[in-house]
Amino acid sequence: MNGKTAGEAPSLEVRNLVKHFPILGGLLQRQVGTVRALDGVSFSIRRGETLGVVGESGCGKSTVGKTVLKLLDPTSGEILLGGVDVTYFSQRDMWPHRRRIQTVFQDPYSSLNPRLTAGTIVGEPLENFGIATGAERQERVARLFERVGLRPESMRRYTHEFSGGQRQRLGIAKALAVNPDVIVADEPVSALDVSVRAQVLNLLIDLQEEYRLAYLMISHDLAVVRHISHRIAVMYLGRIVELADKRSLFTMPLHPYTEALLAAAPVPDPKHKSGRRMIIQGDVPSPATPPPGCHFHTRCPYALPVCRAEVPPLIEVAPGHRVACLRRPAGAEPAPLTPTI
Amino acid sequence: MVAIAAEVTGSPGWGQRIGTAIRRNPTIFVGGLILVILTVMAVLAPWIAGDPLKLTPAQRLRPPSESWWFGTDQFGRDVFARTLHGAQVSLVVGLAVASAASLVGLTLGLLCGYLRRVDAIVMRIMDGIMAIPSILLAIALITLTRPGLAIVLVAIVIPEVPRVVRLVRSVVLSIRTQPYIESAIAGGTRGAKLMVRHILPNTVAPLIVQATYISASAMLVEAGLSFLGAGVPPEIPSWGNIISQGRSFFQIAPWSILIPGAFLTLTVLAVNMLGDGLRDRLDPRLSRRM
Repeated sequence: MNGKTAGEAPSLEVRNLVKHFPILGGLLQRQVGTVRALDGVSFSIRRGETLGVVGESGCGKSTVGKTVLKLLDPTSGEILLGGVDVTYFSQRDMWPHRRRIQTVFQDPYSSLNPRLTAGTIVGEPLENFGIATGAERQERVARLFERVGLRPESMRRYTHEFSGGQRQRLGIAKALAVNPDVIVADEPVSALDVSVRAQVLNLLIDLQEEYRLAYLMISHDLAVVRHISHRIAVMYLGRIVELADKRSLFTMPLHPYTEALLAAAPVPDPKHKSGRRMIIQGDVPSPATPPPGCHFHTRCPYALPVCRAEVPPLIEVAPGHRVACLRRPAGAEPAPLTPTI
Repeated sequence: MVAIAAEVTGSPGWGQRIGTAIRRNPTIFVGGLILVILTVMAVLAPWIAGDPLKLTPAQRLRPPSESWWFGTDQFGRDVFARTLHGAQVSLVVGLAVASAASLVGLTLGLLCGYLRRVDAIVMRIMDGIMAIPSILLAIALITLTRPGLAIVLVAIVIPEVPRVVRLVRSVVLSIRTQPYIESAIAGGTRGAKLMVRHILPNTVAPLIVQATYISASAMLVEAGLSFLGAGVPPEIPSWGNIISQGRSFFQIAPWSILIPGAFLTLTVLAVNMLGDGLRDRLDPRLSRRM
């Protein structure tokens, strides 16, 4: 892996990533519009670090995952995998690099081929990259099963014979098989019962400590992201609006959208009284016709006229705390905003 | 088809389980049973029915009786022997056309669903083939060459291929978006392995169903071609040319037309019943579409 010679190179770095989907229409299937799923997204993840990505459905968080995995081809920007620019690699060129970035999918039911045995699914990446064959592969698959808390005897069973939590463990075992540097986990626990969520999340945390994995953890669930992430990126309509350390984001949200998102999350305490509770109105605008300027201005209680015209850059307002809001200029002391209406 | 019928009726649970299977899928059972009986009769035809070409001019146009079960035609040939030998042609045509069309269609369909550039070209060719009436294409092909079973098979297979290609392509396109396919790609699975291990197995069930419909339609097209004199040569008895040769004597010897006609109807019905039953059994989603 000559990419690692850089030493300090982040496991995964994304610069100004853009992914547009064409909308085809009419008799000749001409392009009649564009869905701006990702509109300039930048972040980086170091070894052993988890970056959580949160946002409402349709904000592009899953597109980030699929694009960095090169399951989708980016429109523009850069994707650096351990310092190697894979942005415009063809599927053929990407193939050797797939060993370094693996994925755990959202739905443990549809993400495992129902016609294959569990052992075949987990062993397939080993087979693909010629890492181990025959008895050695069986041995490694058995160890992977043990590592994720499954009985190795269950290798011969089919996926429908496993519970949701066990299937997600299978997905994790498959991702681990090739010793990747980065794992993209797209809503890894949202399809699971609450009782097994913590087990799966804790397994992911243990594995991260053991193998110094970098995680890109995509979720709509703040509690999940808070439990597992070191840093959190908040997305809204294809852009990152706030990117900060977990502690800093939860104690001092600087973007109005983050504030609203935190206020909307239920607090499991009946005595909890929310002092200043912020509720935003309306729905997320369509990513096919995003509003001009700051995408959030249509729903922002603090919006100024300038927010309609100018796209706020993601700037560092406090150490390690970036926010894309025109009302948060660099260097200014973070203070509560006052509604404009 | 016969193998499938045997598999369905001969499930390993014996007595009771076979009974339940029959009650649950009566159409598969009835269709399969008729086809099994027909196949046995066709295979044993030379021994149980004798020579279909033997002329006994003294016994011309005899009605069905103890000595001539299905009567005789205008040359004194045994209609029973001719009908059973005709079953050989129909069953061979049905099986061969269905297998060949499935094989070619599967290959092209997989490629189309997988490679965009191939898709654009092949699907336009398929659209073109679909626009040609199949009987006309067959007659044109046969008049270009010497008549024989092989060219009849080719002529019937060509117009059936586009249907299979479309079916397989649509299955591949829908399977391709399944998360487990993306998961396999992310895990480094690619090329032929992705196709054979992850995509191909899903096409088998709808393809089997489609193959039964193709074999039924192939039998009908073959009978039609043989009736028109463009099918198998007259020295090979086929239901189509038996009916064709008997048509001038229909008023005095209707059995030489009605009996092979009834066999043709029954066979096509049995194949369709098997297909319908398998469709409902294998893929409930398809049942509304066809």
